[in-house]
Amino acid sequence: MEVVYITIGVSVIVAILFFIAFIKSVKSGQYEDTYTPSVRMLFDDELVSEKKEKEQIK
Amino acid sequence: MSLNSCYHCGADCGKKPIVFNEKNFCCNGCKTVYEILNVNELNCYYDLQATPGTIPTEIKGKYNYLENEDIIEKLLEFSDGETSVVEFYIPSIHCSSCIWVLENLNKLNGGIATSMVNFPKKTLRVTFKNNETNLKQLVELITSIGYEPYISLEDADTKKNKVDKKLIYQVSIAAFAFGNIMLLSFPEYFAVQEFWLNRYKPMFRWLMFVMSIPVVFYSAKDYFISAYKGIKHKILNIDVPIALGISVLFLRSSIEIILNIGSGFFDSLTGLIFFLLLGKLFQQKTYNFLSFERDYKSYFPIAVTIIIDGIEKNIPVKDIEKGNRLLIRNEELIPVDGILINGNAAIDYSFVTGESIPVIKKSGDKLFAGGKQTAGAIEMEVINTMSQSYLTQLWSNDVFNKKNEITIKNITDSISKYFTIAILTIAFFAGIFWYYYNPSMVFNVVTAVLIIACPCALALSAPFAIGNMLRIFGYKKFYLKNAETIENISKITTIIFDKTGTITSNDKTKINYEGDKLSLVEVSAIKSVLRASNHPLSRLLYKYIKEETLDKELTNFEEVLGSGINATINNINIKLGSANFVGEKSLKTNETAIYITINGKFKGCFTFKNSYRKGMKEVFETLSKTYKLIILSGDNEGEKRYLEKLLPKNTQFEFNQKPENKLEYIKSLQEKGEKVMMVGDGLNDAGALAQSNVGIAISEDVNVFSPACDAILDAKLFNKLPKFLILSVQTISVIKVSFVISFFYNIVGMYFALTGQLEPVVAAILMPLSSISIVVFVTIITNWISRKL
Repeated sequence: MEVVYITIGVSVIVAILFFIAFIKSVKSGQYEDTYTPSVRMLFDDELVSEKKEKEQIK
Repeated sequence: MSLNSCYHCGADCGKKPIVFNEKNFCCNGCKTVYEILNVNELNCYYDLQATPGTIPTEIKGKYNYLENEDIIEKLLEFSDGETSVVEFYIPSIHCSSCIWVLENLNKLNGGIATSMVNFPKKTLRVTFKNNETNLKQLVELITSIGYEPYISLEDADTKKNKVDKKLIYQVSIAAFAFGNIMLLSFPEYFAVQEFWLNRYKPMFRWLMFVMSIPVVFYSAKDYFISAYKGIKHKILNIDVPIALGISVLFLRSSIEIILNIGSGFFDSLTGLIFFLLLGKLFQQKTYNFLSFERDYKSYFPIAVTIIIDGIEKNIPVKDIEKGNRLLIRNEELIPVDGILINGNAAIDYSFVTGESIPVIKKSGDKLFAGGKQTAGAIEMEVINTMSQSYLTQLWSNDVFNKKNEITIKNITDSISKYFTIAILTIAFFAGIFWYYYNPSMVFNVVTAVLIIACPCALALSAPFAIGNMLRIFGYKKFYLKNAETIENISKITTIIFDKTGTITSNDKTKINYEGDKLSLVEVSAIKSVLRASNHPLSRLLYKYIKEETLDKELTNFEEVLGSGINATINNINIKLGSANFVGEKSLKTNETAIYITINGKFKGCFTFKNSYRKGMKEVFETLSKTYKLIILSGDNEGEKRYLEKLLPKNTQFEFNQKPENKLEYIKSLQEKGEKVMMVGDGLNDAGALAQSNVGIAISEDVNVFSPACDAILDAKLFNKLPKFLILSVQTISVIKVSFVISFFYNIVGMYFALTGQLEPVVAAILMPLSSISIVVFVTIITNWISRKL
């Protein structure tokens, strides 16, 4: 049953890694504006298709 | 879209629309924007939303001050000489196409590297290259496409303080530790006797101990600090029993695992801190796009044009000196007191007093800071610097400098005093009893009492009840500054209303005609004469008269500034203006009126009255049952009689109150023990709003401007004010009920503690159960009482 040391050790380390990732994402401001990116995502598509059309015309 | 509405902004194009590309435009501004967008292939702007633009304002010369190096330096967030970053607050951001246009600015101006919108905050952050464009061009560009940024002195003076994320870190650490510790403690709860478990028990216990350390010393540190401060000020606030509970929990758990006598209460400890912090987080509702701290600085312009020897120069407002000659353009604010030198001054003081009809001034008249010029450019000479001006002097009063003191007592703290004394007494007597009965149990029982009495549920009921109410109010457009405001509202005894702009509406003005009946031709003639005049009252009356104008030419047109007009049309001589001007005795004192004589014969007068807000009568009737009502106005007594008739009998009236008088009036009421709520709107109420226990600013457009206050109410919802007040009182009752429930949980827990039976598993069940049930209870009840809002 010594494997318990390893399994618990690994699970705690994995949990801590995720925790660090979360803290980093908060620090970088990911959660400060949760609305605009959802709209921006849709616009990006539109611009790309527009550029393509322009190139085709030329 | 109807045929006659503007393709860009949707406004009515009138009889002669500007046609471009087979599309109708109401003005050249809209056409230009369309052209810009069209040229730059940004046409799908119009696919996203029909008529997305807002009307651009006249901007020429307005932003010249952005060439001043000092101002640029203050506004820029970052600059390394080549690239600069600037952030604007743009109130008119309101839909998805706003984001789209503003984020594609680099197509309109190549010098712009990136632009990024934060929609909830209504801000735009632009990165641009200094050698290709500059701040002025940038601002003019975004203004010309209809997104005028809000640049104020406040932005220049204070760099924005970063959002405090400490609480989020504290909660996340507590959540992390709570989850893991709960898993680690389960084996011992359910299968203590198993052989292999006994072997690994020490590892589980020490892991729990290690994880709880950051929770106690980082996540919970504010409770210790607050408890220490409270005791220092001789106040037993709610954080005292919490801090006591946390330390006892931690110490007893540590001792148990060090001496190997038990598993400790680490899961309860971290769970307790997690729930408490969650309550704190929930209560912290902030409205990113609103500011409750604005003073005159955020309303005043950042720079002004001065004239030295005939040369115009832009200087920051704070550098204005006595004797300077200022040029105030149309739609610009007067930043300091001064004397009008030349030009047509029609000053709109609506932000100061709420009065919507502009005041006409003649050269030599005194102009007060805070007014907005509405009729072309004027020149004025400065007689007071900004900090000494009539209006801004108000801010030197002490109320604006008071800091939040620690002595603020909320409902939870007022009960915790008795609570703390009670649990300490119980713990003391339980200790004495067990000392004689079974001395080995004393430590166990005393610590168990302190642990179980830790007022988690008690401390959670107020944050969740009030936090939920804040959200409901915010959803209904009644924005509160913080949680204390709800408690303060529930204690109010007197409500004071400002008159103009608060109980009267800003935009609509009621016009009445009194006198001999006018014939149709005469009315049309009057309208034709009014068309030629730029006076604000003339324009109001012109809009009010529905008849068509006469198709004849005006002869002998003569306008005497500040007095009236004399003109002849179709052989009808019309003289209209002040009573003096038409040679009549004034019929109405203290009222705005236009007197009319036709062919030398006096006919009557048009009076201008502010229209009162919808439902005002009902609001006052409902409120007068519970509160003492006072109207405190800076105006003259002109409408006193009318108001007395309209409003409940016990309403008091105070007229001719200067801004400082209002502040002093509230102070004197407070000294008599009244809890005062001030409802106001303009800058002249700012002192009163700050002095009162609860200051509510009524705002026609919550994004634009409101003086510093505790709450902002959308003007359209004025008739719901009584409902909001009742709900605040009810919220406090809900909290009191939930206190009773949490006492019940404490009594149950106390039974286990006093009999020495408090096992970790009992605490682990009782503690979350009480907290969660309280949270669910207050959330459901607060939603239920506000369902009819």
